[in-house]
Amino acid sequence: MSQTLLNLNGLTKAYPGVVANDDISFRIGVGEVHALLGENGAGKSTLVKMIYGLVKPDSGTMELRGAPYAPGEPRAARADGIAMVFQHFSLFDALNVAENIALGMENPPPMRDLAARIREVSETYGLPLDPFRTVGDLSAGERQRVEIIRCLLQDPKLLIMDEPTSVLTPQEVDILFETLRKLRDEGTAILYISHKLEEIRTLCDTATILRLGKVVGTCTPRETTARDMAEMMVGSTLQTPERAGRALGEVALDISGLSAPAPSAFGTALKNVHLAVQQGEIVGIGGVAGNGQEELLAVLSGEVLTEAGAVKLMGQPIGRLGPTARRALGLLTAPEERLGHAAAPDMSLTENALLTGAVREKLAHNGFLRWGATREFAERIIAEFDVRTPGPETAARALSGGNLQKFVIGREVLQTPQVLVVNQPTWGVDAAAAAAIRQALLDLAAGGTAVVCISQDLDELMEIADRFAALNEGRLSTPRPTAGLTVEEIGLMMGGAHGMEVAHV
Amino acid sequence: MIRLEKRPQPSQAWSMATPLVAVLATMLFGGLLFGLLGTNPFLAIETIFWEPLFGEFAFYYRPQLLVKGAPLVLIAIGLSLGFRAGIWNIGAEGQYIIGSLTGAGVGLAFYPLEAWYIFPLMVIAGAFGGWAWATIPAILKVRFGTNEILVSLMLVYVAEQFLASMSLGLLKNPEGFGFPGSRNLQQYASAHNAEIVTGTGMHWGVVAALIAVIFAYVLLNRHMLGFQIRLTGAAPRAARFSGVRPARLILMCLGISGALAGLAGLFEVAGPAGQVSIDFNVGYGFTAIIVAFLGRLHPVGILLAGALMALTYIGGEIAQGQLGLPAAAIQVFQGMLLFFLLALDLLTNYRVAWRKPEVA
Repeated sequence: MSQTLLNLNGLTKAYPGVVANDDISFRIGVGEVHALLGENGAGKSTLVKMIYGLVKPDSGTMELRGAPYAPGEPRAARADGIAMVFQHFSLFDALNVAENIALGMENPPPMRDLAARIREVSETYGLPLDPFRTVGDLSAGERQRVEIIRCLLQDPKLLIMDEPTSVLTPQEVDILFETLRKLRDEGTAILYISHKLEEIRTLCDTATILRLGKVVGTCTPRETTARDMAEMMVGSTLQTPERAGRALGEVALDISGLSAPAPSAFGTALKNVHLAVQQGEIVGIGGVAGNGQEELLAVLSGEVLTEAGAVKLMGQPIGRLGPTARRALGLLTAPEERLGHAAAPDMSLTENALLTGAVREKLAHNGFLRWGATREFAERIIAEFDVRTPGPETAARALSGGNLQKFVIGREVLQTPQVLVVNQPTWGVDAAAAAAIRQALLDLAAGGTAVVCISQDLDELMEIADRFAALNEGRLSTPRPTAGLTVEEIGLMMGGAHGMEVAHV
Repeated sequence: MIRLEKRPQPSQAWSMATPLVAVLATMLFGGLLFGLLGTNPFLAIETIFWEPLFGEFAFYYRPQLLVKGAPLVLIAIGLSLGFRAGIWNIGAEGQYIIGSLTGAGVGLAFYPLEAWYIFPLMVIAGAFGGWAWATIPAILKVRFGTNEILVSLMLVYVAEQFLASMSLGLLKNPEGFGFPGSRNLQQYASAHNAEIVTGTGMHWGVVAALIAVIFAYVLLNRHMLGFQIRLTGAAPRAARFSGVRPARLILMCLGISGALAGLAGLFEVAGPAGQVSIDFNVGYGFTAIIVAFLGRLHPVGILLAGALMALTYIGGEIAQGQLGLPAAAIQVFQGMLLFFLLALDLLTNYRVAWRKPEVA
């Protein structure tokens, strides 16, 4: 084995009510690509935050190149050659690339020198990037490059990457992997966090698998099947959702020539979107984040109005109707952002049930609320979708992400919609809950509902959708049957590599 | 080291307890302040909180409590609806003035006719005046996206100039020997907001305040509009997703709070004040903001807070008169109350943890 770079010994970190990391030990070698694998809530984030100096361990020690290592803050970690690319970018849209990078530096050099350095690093590692472009105009993949270059300028010995591919098309993933391999060959170790098993199998040398805060296994990904890794990660055999053969009915949702201006300076305008969804059909809409997914949902939910005829429900034009009227007609939606959009964080589950259920569940009479019926509706969602909570009076923000997601999806599914549109239905949800949500969508379609599932998880779309289309810069590709679609084709529908190129070296 | 930890759920107990703790803290630090000013702090606190209710002259002060408390509660109830939805009407003082002018104007227009319908018409006109004045910032916000805080506040100063102009011009008493100010409505039976039971201070404004409390309670807890108000305040994006129309809510909230402030103005001008005069307004519209927050934007809380505020007003006046405390000290005392309330508010959502500093 290669020389050890970082050694973790019995790291433990407890939060009130949960042990996030329990006695975690493993080593990362110089120039090794090490995968950290686990479900949401397995403790991956807490662990890397300890390495990066954001969180202090309750007990346990770390050694960096044989010397004790206990970073008090990220600055200390960076000084020791540890850099991190976060899943959520911390960039200012209104500033340009060089300004954003300068903001994160202790002593930024003059802008001209910095721009030259950025160009140099970006060329060396095949990450072309113009230092003077405004970040707000960049694609998600390009923004990630800004973050990576920001790290590379520090000449790191260990690069931590948190779910880097969730915002990339398959082609962009290939480019990223070339860069990472080049870094590895130069001796930089990479700690790669993901739950996407195929990626880990192509890229990583070693994998450490976490479950419920403990190390449950170590393996060499190239020699282990994805299924074996998944079962180590989940700790049980996985249930694949069943797709029954479904009879398709008439067109329930008809979107034709739909255009909408960008809601904000850095939003995406929808351009001439066409889509017809039949009863009993599930259409999957893929695409890299920020290509119009949120805007499409807003246009369908009625939060943004369009021309009357651009959106039709069972033949009736509804483009000028607001959310309440659309719900009454049977078009229900579930937005991506659970806290603050799909649900009000500080309100109880009962009140959140009322949030979209008022019309169809008849929870109000002449404007007066029927709290008894509302509580029953909330209890029904909790029971049927196995939402783990003390009761319907719990505040939404007290629920875990997965449980709240089950509540939000359940709230719409139980209202027996004609058409259901969901955005990222299983984002940040553990595997068991994700399977349950997908099964619920399939069951709903089997009952004759037209379902539109917007998601960035391609595996999910391939699993449940009958047809697939991709959003790219506000345009929707022509939907194609999922059966027989290759990853290559999907990638091209998503916009290919968005003009990005592979490392030349 | 003191650390704040976010509670998973807002604490019910602290939500109820913070106003009481805030009052106690105000008594403590206010007492300290009075002590430093050379007054016996216990006597000062007793004068402010005890004298108006149970002192020797309580028969005089108790009705005053209702007279002072009613407009505060009436205005604060209206403001709390908007505040709950994140719509900040800071100009209740202006709506109060305009309500008194339109209400009194209608009454004076009928002078000297005596008829039963004059006072009800004045009530409607008062509410309408306040509503109209509050609708100006509402429409500007909906149409042009202006900031309702600034517009409603600036309209207070417009209203004050308007009041001065009316007392010196259009509404001036023609038999007033040239003095500014309108005819005294207390001497015009059909327009007089008289005490319902003599000697109690119970006038129609008190009744209206109590009705407003019940109305707001039912609205917020049992009605869809109340739910939409709370939802908009808690999560604006979720509210739009739920189907709330923001423009309609802004018009409703500003309109209702304006109408209630206008009503308060009318009941004041036709009752305790008696006439339109240059210095008619005494800041009820601003104090009501404190009352609304002191009452945690909850109707029953506002009722209690209005009573408490009226108490410190009257008690403060007694303390000024009997103990010679400066008026500014009383205002500081009232300011402390709001300060402690807002500061302690933190405990509803956070818990304080005492912890030794961690060794890096």
